[in-house]
Amino acid sequence: MKREEDEQSSLAWFGKGMRGIFSLPAFILMLSFVGFCSLTAQAGIPVEQVVFMVGMVWALPAKVILVSSMMSGAGLATAFLAVSLSSVRLMPMVAALIPELRGSRTPTWLLLFLSHFVAITAWVFAMEKVPHVPRERRVAFFAGFGITLVAANMLLVAVVYHFVADFPPIVAGCLFFLTPVYFLASIWHSARHPVVYVALLFGLAGGPLFYWLFPEFDILLAGLVGGTLAWLIERLWRRRKEVRG
Amino acid sequence: MTWQDGWWAYVFIAIAGWLATDIWRWLGVITGNRLRDDSEALNWVRAVATALVAAVIAKLILYPTGVLEQSPLWLRAGAVALGAAAFFLFGRKPAIGIASAIAALALGLWWLGF
Repeated sequence: MKREEDEQSSLAWFGKGMRGIFSLPAFILMLSFVGFCSLTAQAGIPVEQVVFMVGMVWALPAKVILVSSMMSGAGLATAFLAVSLSSVRLMPMVAALIPELRGSRTPTWLLLFLSHFVAITAWVFAMEKVPHVPRERRVAFFAGFGITLVAANMLLVAVVYHFVADFPPIVAGCLFFLTPVYFLASIWHSARHPVVYVALLFGLAGGPLFYWLFPEFDILLAGLVGGTLAWLIERLWRRRKEVRG
Repeated sequence: MTWQDGWWAYVFIAIAGWLATDIWRWLGVITGNRLRDDSEALNWVRAVATALVAAVIAKLILYPTGVLEQSPLWLRAGAVALGAAAFFLFGRKPAIGIASAIAALALGLWWLGF
């Protein structure tokens, strides 16, 4: 009886995750995929390959780099290297999410499978929502959201690819701008650890600084150097408070 | 062979796209699985991940693509600053911050004749 209740409850949380498709971040991401459709249509990549790419790669910046590698006629090794370099950031993102996500008995293979659905939007959404989900239901909740988001965008691309039209410039500009503004507001709003605020500020400053110094590795360096500094400063702060208190 | 040839395109996407991204996700799972919920190591990983995403955000604002490439930097930075001010003044509600920033940008673009 208890077991049945548990299973039902996991299913219910999977459904709640699915409903995340009707949220602001999912909506913003879908608009970005409309933009991706026009990019790939202009590049002349067949729609079946674009849908395949959405399902297999998922992270949007990685796909944009993959498409530009294909366009420039780069070889397999060059494209692999370019996409790999842009995707290193997925590692700390997933590593920070896993301890929040896993239950006491979550098998590793399931986490490996679900990690495929992590990209910036799903990460920001999960870091914000998952703490409000009972620990043993978090995996079901994330699976519901992640799988639905990927499937919906594959469908969207399959349909919209045939109707790509350009938005009026003001609308296109505002749609593009929704992404950074939403990420900023959501990360600040959902931060439950003081280190997140400091890291956000250091990352914002580090991005342009390292783009200017080492444009090839800017994101990676901003994350490592900015994040480590933020962590050190926040720790120093915490220590001082403890000493005083 | 070029990427246009049927099956080769799928192999290309699978290796240069799927494998090149999922390797990092899998490494993230393996690392994350060893981190304790309340450890200092997790705090560091959290800081690095947040700073990485913040750097992506900064680049989107400072070096946008498409229509915004032609918009002045002061307008984009000003819109974000206004959104941040509204966010902190009115109860830290994300919707208020986002709406203010986008409204400021739209107004500026319109005023500049976009």
